[in-house]
Amino acid sequence: MDLSVFGIQSTTLAVTAALTAVVLVAGALIIAFLIGPRSYTEKKGEPYECGIPTRGESMAQFHVGYYLFAILFLMFDVETVFLFPWAAICRSLGSGALLAVGTFLVILVLGLAYAWKKGALRWK
Amino acid sequence: MFDFSTVTNWLHELLLSVMPAWLTTTVECILVAVFLLLAYSVLAMIYIMYERWVCGWIQCRRGPIRVGPGGSLQIFADVFKILTKEIITLWHTDKFLFFLAPFLVVMASVLTFACLPWGKGLQFIDFNIGAFFIIAVSSIGVLGILLAGWSSNSKYTLIGAMRSGAQMISYELSVGLSVLTMVCLAGTMSITGIVEAQNDGWFLFKGHLPAIIAFVIYIVAANAENNRGPFDLPEAEHELTAGYHTEYSGIHYGLFYLAEYLNLFVVSGIATLLFLGGWMPLHIPGWEGFNAVMDYIPSTLWFLGKAFFMTFIFMWIRWSFPRVRIDQMLALEWRYLMPIGLVNLVVMALVVTQGWHF
Repeated sequence: MDLSVFGIQSTTLAVTAALTAVVLVAGALIIAFLIGPRSYTEKKGEPYECGIPTRGESMAQFHVGYYLFAILFLMFDVETVFLFPWAAICRSLGSGALLAVGTFLVILVLGLAYAWKKGALRWK
Repeated sequence: MFDFSTVTNWLHELLLSVMPAWLTTTVECILVAVFLLLAYSVLAMIYIMYERWVCGWIQCRRGPIRVGPGGSLQIFADVFKILTKEIITLWHTDKFLFFLAPFLVVMASVLTFACLPWGKGLQFIDFNIGAFFIIAVSSIGVLGILLAGWSSNSKYTLIGAMRSGAQMISYELSVGLSVLTMVCLAGTMSITGIVEAQNDGWFLFKGHLPAIIAFVIYIVAANAENNRGPFDLPEAEHELTAGYHTEYSGIHYGLFYLAEYLNLFVVSGIATLLFLGGWMPLHIPGWEGFNAVMDYIPSTLWFLGKAFFMTFIFMWIRWSFPRVRIDQMLALEWRYLMPIGLVNLVVMALVVTQGWHF
């Protein structure tokens, strides 16, 4: 069923591709460690921030707006997951399924409209 | 048209005749890995030079011309230079996450890269849920970027990574919706299936208005998902130095750069796959002679040609528009592209169920 080039299982090839990426990155890093220079100075380990000493913690809290968009993203991303199987066979399912999916989408768009009205889509 | 599966089948039979089945699979996996590695590095080099030449051309200057004839050896000089630089890790960085981040970013781009339709019979990873798989693995990249920014222990990288994360997850929705729209038209999620479905005409021409709207949404969203073009605010130079990879040095930084350019190719390749027929040649109904001539051009050339053309459009956009602000960027996605994409999906489903498409 899920056979790719050479008749190998697609999952095997996906793992192969992932390992290729690991080999590429590890190889490049090892070569760079071997042929690159190494020196030690105290100032080198400081983060690059305008040349003056850093103040405060850098792994700090960030704007709450990012969380809002992440939650909204989660809602619509899961929705996309639900829609994929329907989209693949929507030709044979016909108008009845389209109506059902339309209802599903209307409920979701109501959620988006609520977020919009609440001002969650405005960056402050 | 030449079918690559004859070559792969012949090689498969040949290997099976001299070694056991498990060894054959191993050798074939290694062959695929070597091909991916070569194609990945060569295409990255071509793309970096391509961008510099196009950028120079658009800005009425000449780009790199000193090293080699016409500047063609510049990229080798750059690679050797970047390989011989020291890899610096700062004090107080989270070392494990710091080193993990480039692995995730490169892995996301290699996995999507291997899913592209390279030619007739030359399809490496061919899941029956291929389009879904592409979307799923491409989101690993966001994780890598967030880790890179967080673990570097610098404020620039943190802000760059948060902006990048917000931008990439937002625009992923629009990319997903336009892929969904085209899956609706194709009636299948497998990459080969989508290409085969465009045998009698590319989806851009076949799919009526919703296909064209999906194409435009895809171009805008893909540009943003790659942190390119008018949406490059995660690495806005005058605000954040280099964004999430400010603290990476040498080849460590080079790997992010590599993945960024390969993602550009992947995005162009997916646009080619979904809208411009993958490796399918251009056929005009009724022009038999023209169609026969087009069939002589190898399928891989068709795919690469279309991908390079799409890349040119992405570069054109990048060097033509000024950078947007973060509130404009989020408003564009959530108030315009997403609602339009949802309506477009319903319209496409209507077109498909009623049989209004060509």
